Amino acid sequence: MTATETQRAIHAVWRIESARLIAGLTRFVRDVGLAEELAQDALVAALEQWPESGVPDKPGAWLMATAKRRAIDLFRRNKLLERKHEELGHELETERTPDLETAIDNDVGDDLLRLMLIACHPVLSTEARVALTLRLLGSLTTEEIARAFLVPEPTVAQRIVRAKRTLSEAHIPFEVPRGEELAARLSSVLEVLYLIFNEGYSATAGDDWVRPALCEDALRLGRILAELAPEEPEVHGLVALMELQASRLRARVGPSGEPVLLMEQNRARWDRILIRRGLSALERAEKLGGERGPYVLQAAIAACHARALTPEQTDWARIAALYAELAELTSSPVVELNRAVAVSMASGPAAGLELVDALASERVLEGYHLLPSVRGDLLAKLGRLDEARAEFERAASLTRNARERQLLLERAAACRKPL
Amino acid sequence: MKVMVLVKATKDSEAGVMPSTEMLTEMGKYNEELVKAGIMLAGEGLHPSSKAARVRFSGTRRTVIDGPFTETKELIAGFWMWQVKSMQEAIEWVKRCPNPMLTDSEIEIRQVFEADDFGPELTPELREAEERLRAESAAKAAKK
Repeated sequence: MTATETQRAIHAVWRIESARLIAGLTRFVRDVGLAEELAQDALVAALEQWPESGVPDKPGAWLMATAKRRAIDLFRRNKLLERKHEELGHELETERTPDLETAIDNDVGDDLLRLMLIACHPVLSTEARVALTLRLLGSLTTEEIARAFLVPEPTVAQRIVRAKRTLSEAHIPFEVPRGEELAARLSSVLEVLYLIFNEGYSATAGDDWVRPALCEDALRLGRILAELAPEEPEVHGLVALMELQASRLRARVGPSGEPVLLMEQNRARWDRILIRRGLSALERAEKLGGERGPYVLQAAIAACHARALTPEQTDWARIAALYAELAELTSSPVVELNRAVAVSMASGPAAGLELVDALASERVLEGYHLLPSVRGDLLAKLGRLDEARAEFERAASLTRNARERQLLLERAAACRKPL
Repeated sequence: MKVMVLVKATKDSEAGVMPSTEMLTEMGKYNEELVKAGIMLAGEGLHPSSKAARVRFSGTRRTVIDGPFTETKELIAGFWMWQVKSMQEAIEWVKRCPNPMLTDSEIEIRQVFEADDFGPELTPELREAEERLRAESAAKAAKK
């Protein structure tokens, strides 16, 4: 192996091992920041030694052993932490190497889950949770995170440093809560993962190749989480939702980069493997029973689209019913607007318009261009062209997206001609 | 990126020699690791080529050739579909695989076409007010 090859191998090993490494070390030193530093030190040691000695057979165990030795050195130098050092030293000395690896493997699931819960802890800002999760669990570099979110690198670096300090000062217990508390904490993890996914799914500009990669990162972390918390329906719900949405990624963009809406997409381009995975994750969620949460419901809606081989086969009545359930759960007017569209598809534009008109007074939707856009669409279908045109023009004045504005103005213009 | 990981056939696999319990156990553990790492999308083992068929194309002619086929080393005994960050990551994962065969064997990694299918997306307004609920958003259902 040449030096470059070894370096590439080391980085690949890092991708595979770093989250487990940091999670395991956090259990020992009870400090995410310190654990990450120790893991980084081990990586540096690998970069120094492996080009000469070769990549060891069990690179993960090598990195862990090296990092733990560093931890002990560090604690030896720090008399204040004498007790911890004794615990650690004892543990390392009594463990033979093969057992060491078994020990890592046995606890790794819990360690990873704890690390996810810490990285997404409510004491941190949302941006910090996102950055820390990608850094500690997605093994992305600060530079990669910055590029993905179109933020200057020092900003991300600072966010991560501050987040680690906040966690350290808050003495967050390194444990997995049970029952309702776990569900509450998990919902923060789910929110962060979905945020990351959406950043990749609805990116607006810039490095378009980085962004689908973000969808992949979020999905991979979601799948890991589903293995760590298999009894949580909402975890499977989110995974199902992400798999199903990701299945459409390559159909969402036309040849010149223009967005292609769901009903116009070439369904042959949908990724059948991801659809199958999405549907089975949804099935897992539904088998667990209980009241359906927002992710399970959104996944169920996405599944209705995925199951329809042609747009005409879409089960709009079922989608409308799912949106009704979702609207009740979230009391969100945006969901209600979606329901109106589904109802119009299932029962005709007049039924949809009735629901849309009921939303007219919602303050949250004030200035939201999709409200007049949907209303215009329904009015046009009912042949009330003058009213439709006014709605499309209003929608065009509200959107901040040039392409969309153009589309809306075109629709407004079309309303002038008799159909 | 997606890669297809191809387990090449051997004389034994072509002869239909079934793996031992020990091998199956080890392979099961490995598969579990792949699932837990969130990289495995799919994977199957294939019957020997004695049960296979090929269709040869020549102009408008189609000729069916029944298995078994002779060039064992070029046949495939099984495959995985993985989602990984890089070819190198796939290689590191394959190195962790127990030997899938009783004799010397080979696993091939091929990248799946997809990267250039992706492009920039365009629904910026949809995220601000209610982040979580936006993805299955009004834009998709509503604008139709």
